[in-house]
Amino acid sequence: MSPADWLASGLIAAGLFFFLAGTVGLLRLPDPLSRLHALTKADNLGLLLVSVGLLVQDPDPLLGLKLAFVWLLVLMAGATGAHLIAKRAVRGDGEDAR
Amino acid sequence: MNTFLAAAALILLLTLGAGLVRVLLGPTPSDRLMAAQLIGTTGIAILLLLAPVVRVPALVDVALVFALLAAVAVAAFTRRHQTFRDRQ
Repeated sequence: MSPADWLASGLIAAGLFFFLAGTVGLLRLPDPLSRLHALTKADNLGLLLVSVGLLVQDPDPLLGLKLAFVWLLVLMAGATGAHLIAKRAVRGDGEDAR
Repeated sequence: MNTFLAAAALILLLTLGAGLVRVLLGPTPSDRLMAAQLIGTTGIAILLLLAPVVRVPALVDVALVFALLAAVAVAAFTRRHQTFRDRQ
């Protein structure tokens, strides 16, 4: 393995750690808002590290552009989604209303 | 290197499966929605990792579409009850 491969492996492994932390947070934290807090941050950082690792392994400008777009979209979707879910949870209309 | 990427994708798939437990338990719909968001982000990462392993570069484009759809899905599902209640 070349030095670039080692660097890519390290970055992807770090990304996996953050994904793992997000999932553990989602399963173990006591209430919806703290679960939301754990999930949205950890996953976005994990995706960034995985994308940068893949880019280090295959330095192609077009791939880099696509990965940047994927990450920015997920970041915006994550932030917006977190606010929408939190608003629902705080107002108490997160329960099943029949 | 490809073995490492495939192993990383497998680990992500396992965390995704663990996240499904929250869909099953989740006391409120918000929890289930969070799990859906986790599935979105993790699924994108799995696609990105698998693209070089199976040598299908188009999987990166699929990940891009997934990112768009995940945003729309969360927005749509959070609006659902409010519009329903306002109409009554």
